[in-house]
Amino acid sequence: MSAAITPELVAQHQLSPDEYRKIVHILGREPSYTELGIFSVMWSEHCSYKSSRLHLKKLPTRGKLVVQGPGENAGIVDIGGGYVIAFKIESHNHPSFIEPFQGAATGVGGILRDIFTMGARPIAVLDSLRFGRLDDPETGPRNRRILGGVVAGIAHYGNCFGVPTVGGECIFEPCYDGNPLVNVFALGVCRKEDVFYARAAGAGNPVIYVGARTGRDGIHGASMASAEFTEESKQKRPNVQVGDPFMEKLLLEACLEAMQTGAIVGIQDMGAAGLTCSTCEMGSRGGVGIEIELDRVPQRETGMTPYEIMLSESQERMLLVAEKGREDEVFRVFRKWGLEAVEIGAVTGYGKLRVKQHGTTVAEIPNRELADEAPLYDRPHTEPLRRAPMFVWRVTDLPGSVQDALPALLASLDICSKRWIWEQYDYQVRTNTIAGPERTDAAIVRIKETGASVAMSLDGNGRYCYLSPREGARLAVAECCRNLSTVGAEPVAATNCLNFGNPERPEIMAQLVEAIEGMAEACRFFDTPITGGNVSLYNETLGEGVYPTPVLGIIGLLKTAGPLTIPFQNPGRAVVLLGGIGQCDETRFGGTVYAKEILKQLWGLPPALDLDREKRVQCAIREIVAAGLAESAHDLSDGGLAVALAECSFGLAGIGAAIDLDSDLRPEVLAFHEAPSRILISTAHPRKVAAIAEKHGIAAPVVGVTIEKGIEIRQRAMTLGSWEIATLKAAYDGALESYVR
Amino acid sequence: MKFGVIVFPGSNCDHDALYAVSANLGQPAEFIWHDSPTLGPVDAVILPGGFAYGDYLRCGAIAKFSPVMRAVRQFAAGGGLVLGVCNGFQILVEAGLLPGALIRNRGLKFICREVRVTVETTNSPFTCAARKGQVLRMPIAHGEGCYFADERILDELEAEDRIAFRYDGNPNGSLHDIAGILSRERNVMGMMPHPERATEPLMGSSDGLTVFQSMLGAAVRA
Repeated sequence: MSAAITPELVAQHQLSPDEYRKIVHILGREPSYTELGIFSVMWSEHCSYKSSRLHLKKLPTRGKLVVQGPGENAGIVDIGGGYVIAFKIESHNHPSFIEPFQGAATGVGGILRDIFTMGARPIAVLDSLRFGRLDDPETGPRNRRILGGVVAGIAHYGNCFGVPTVGGECIFEPCYDGNPLVNVFALGVCRKEDVFYARAAGAGNPVIYVGARTGRDGIHGASMASAEFTEESKQKRPNVQVGDPFMEKLLLEACLEAMQTGAIVGIQDMGAAGLTCSTCEMGSRGGVGIEIELDRVPQRETGMTPYEIMLSESQERMLLVAEKGREDEVFRVFRKWGLEAVEIGAVTGYGKLRVKQHGTTVAEIPNRELADEAPLYDRPHTEPLRRAPMFVWRVTDLPGSVQDALPALLASLDICSKRWIWEQYDYQVRTNTIAGPERTDAAIVRIKETGASVAMSLDGNGRYCYLSPREGARLAVAECCRNLSTVGAEPVAATNCLNFGNPERPEIMAQLVEAIEGMAEACRFFDTPITGGNVSLYNETLGEGVYPTPVLGIIGLLKTAGPLTIPFQNPGRAVVLLGGIGQCDETRFGGTVYAKEILKQLWGLPPALDLDREKRVQCAIREIVAAGLAESAHDLSDGGLAVALAECSFGLAGIGAAIDLDSDLRPEVLAFHEAPSRILISTAHPRKVAAIAEKHGIAAPVVGVTIEKGIEIRQRAMTLGSWEIATLKAAYDGALESYVR
Repeated sequence: MKFGVIVFPGSNCDHDALYAVSANLGQPAEFIWHDSPTLGPVDAVILPGGFAYGDYLRCGAIAKFSPVMRAVRQFAAGGGLVLGVCNGFQILVEAGLLPGALIRNRGLKFICREVRVTVETTNSPFTCAARKGQVLRMPIAHGEGCYFADERILDELEAEDRIAFRYDGNPNGSLHDIAGILSRERNVMGMMPHPERATEPLMGSSDGLTVFQSMLGAAVRA
């Protein structure tokens, strides 16, 4: 197909007139239709980060354990003992709205390929999900369908592939009604010397295509992910790819085995922008060119044009460069696993991507300019969008007692047990799961080879970030690190997924800029460099954007041992509030789950975070855990102290607690404020705990004692509420299922 | 005692089974690739969990045609010990080495959780190290684990004492709460719960080790 390149055609490819002029300048001529398509996907927001790149540079990326930072398929961190881990988080928001099951499934598939492309075997997946309200009369049915489809899709792909889905988070807000967020984190492990990079090298070396055949599915997926949703978006269903986890499993085993032959020079998966992205990026990274013949590309359908073959996003495909003369060693492995492996071209000495079909050149583009010289925008940004007032709550607004609010909060969708979701995931396969979903504050998998374990936590709070993107992002970093510290792990590195609206709106761009800056500050402070991640913009439907939702994934290291879990273990133990009651300011109460669920309001600012104090609390808890002084530990987050206390009482032993708080705060604020830097522990050694807390300069009042049954909260001897555990647990356990049934 | 763990394309509990019997039981073990015509010098065979061939047709329906299954049949016919776990159970049923069928869970959803199973018989090489009535904790992780068979087969299983494990709190709708069954000669067992995922305290339970210890004890006596 050789269509004339008209301004309309350029616009259809979401390229601006300026961008088109740049293309003409790079080529020194008008592009062909195929070349236009290639540029359009590589320069899409999704592939080029053209709106965010300038600001992403502000993030810290280096650290003493970081082997590979951003720019490869995944970040790599040294965990000692000769092993490294590869990890990254990625979004699949747009496809999951259009086709929830396949959208989510291929999201898992894509991130898994990113991990094993690096030579690492995936050993854990976590997911961070956002959906619209399940109970809304109008949008509820659709949101429930999306939730069910996304969860089933993740389960389908991860379970079949054989990677455990060990944790995550799931939040419901009206702003995600037309735009759910599906962020998937994956982590893999390999020996340090076995890491592979997505670099082509050695002129004359063969370029080999392996895996599934190329079809017409997913064409322009990357561009779709770079635009807002409109009424017509549902017609984009053919742009969503279909996943085949069985094929991916074979691809994993075959790739890892082929890598062991020593005949592979570089390897990259074909994800967004498919063959286009893998060829030009591998060439660009290696400073070489790549020439391919499309006739040799295995095709699922007949009559595919060069444009379609280059832009297809068919799943479960890999591109690799082998050492010349050793192709057969590679082919033998793929044959064993029943996979197609075809030599489709060669590395060249001149830095161009040359694409041929039937022997005729159909595209010829300088690699580096295509992959790395994408337009870079310093988009205007003003004040972050927020429509929430700074203060609305008055003393007369007292909505009800702590007694009634606690069960209501435990049954709210953001706080309730997500068992209905995670029981559909195999969270144990590979028998490395030391702590799976809802047992601890952070998921833990062991590395059998080294005796070390890796803890992982995902966090992001859209409401906080809507009130203040900068503070919300800082809080997310702090919360992740606190989750890790609470299980005794030392936070070491991070990955991020930035979910925002349309960056061409200055007030949205401002959200992005401030969130990145807040994240940069906190990551630098906690020494958790960002080693990679993903930016998902244009999360808008019909002009309504999602809350700014930066999601952090942070990993920590600890010795392999039985985990310190959330539930109280024995009666008669001291309950210590490490960090004390803290700064529970009423102007910073409007972003809490209490404000959302009980008051139905959103105002003010997120809870105040004192980074220095946070770090001291985390140092203290790690020391307490390492000394074996705590019997249980749980950080205070959504729903504050009362919710944390209830969650600590939901263990099999049925142990509760009676606490008495010495504070002037209003009861609701005292019970439900979400001030950070606080951890609830039970201990048989309160004096030793106090000594460690004092050493770190933090408060650690003994607020009560664990008891055989029931939960009781008092404020200076006045009872705020007392509950039977079974009643609260029933509310907590049954809520989600009651919506989806 | 040497264990052989069969690897079908799509098996994903193969490494776990190998780890359980080698690291936690302390016995030699090796993988056997699905297109191998022979099993080699092994004393027992494990068909591990996973999604053989993607399970896109019926679970286990393609795997039964793998070349290695002919060798497994011969091995079983000669009295060799064959243990099928989860997908391995599904494959044994499809291959006709065990009766009945495994269909979609009653709730139509994949379920991963720890369950309690009762040892119904100790008269087998897979349960001889247990006590009759002993309750074992181990996980299940399957979407199609509802055991189904006609009355005649169920009566036969009951009458011949061939129900190895029953669920304590049926998670998937299995008839007669069946979690694991034995072949008529009692040397082939299929079970949906994963004993290999419960073989050391760090996994949350060591109860699954009983199954492998039984096999070891039976082999020593034989």
